[in-house]
Amino acid sequence: MSTENGLSKRFEITGGDFGKAGEVSTKIKEILQEIGIDSTIIRRTAIATYEAEMNVVMYAKKAELTLHLTPTKISIRVYDEGPGIENIEVAMQEGFSTATDEMREMGFGAGLGLPNIKKNADRFKISSTPGKGTALDITIYLNQAGKK
Amino acid sequence: MTLKEIKKLLQAEVIYGIDKLEEEIQWAGGSDLMSDVLAFGKPGILLLTGLTNAQSIRTANIIDAKAIVYVRGKKPDKEGIKLAREKEIPIFSTKYMMYTACGLLFSHGLPGVSKIQNNK
Repeated sequence: MSTENGLSKRFEITGGDFGKAGEVSTKIKEILQEIGIDSTIIRRTAIATYEAEMNVVMYAKKAELTLHLTPTKISIRVYDEGPGIENIEVAMQEGFSTATDEMREMGFGAGLGLPNIKKNADRFKISSTPGKGTALDITIYLNQAGKK
Repeated sequence: MTLKEIKKLLQAEVIYGIDKLEEEIQWAGGSDLMSDVLAFGKPGILLLTGLTNAQSIRTANIIDAKAIVYVRGKKPDKEGIKLAREKEIPIFSTKYMMYTACGLLFSHGLPGVSKIQNNK
């Protein structure tokens, strides 16, 4: 949906649905390509979104992902219903993972997801309530002058 | 190195992309772990992998990979091939194992992505 303040779109992600995992981030990539966003920005957004989507599929029950695009930035918000993260500081460390064998067989669960989201974002916020869920706020600026 | 040269070196079967064999590849990387590919893959990469599920193609699409070579004679299923067609990502299958396939390409001048790893 388009608004005066930019473009907003909402997507639902279902936990455990490995067959569809990646469809939302692929769709977001297509939307950004259609709009004509710079390919490096698209790639960073797509990687961060894909990592977030895989985390939902692997660990959460379900999530709502919102894409908000303004003339200056791309914002991705992911709010999931799931087990949450006990210790965010530990979860942000490369290599830390609670993945199951099934997740690893899918090619994921190496403990690189959250650090990779942070690496590709200009701003990244994560908050979590154990037993309830996790919220991610990812911002990537369209004008990269002075940014990452 | 062109996809045509890569096909010849790896004695690979073209599963999709026969009309794209003249495309140039600048660098390659091999992994069965898509987490690694997302973290270290670079645009235009040739991805060598033994992972044949849909995530291999989705990951390749997300990172702007130019083509995929499945090692150990593996091939994606029909859904995977359909996805590769939709995203226009050429896919190949070689009977060589990962180490040999990477070694053949590297020794014939195709570098790994590690040389440009400092670039975002």
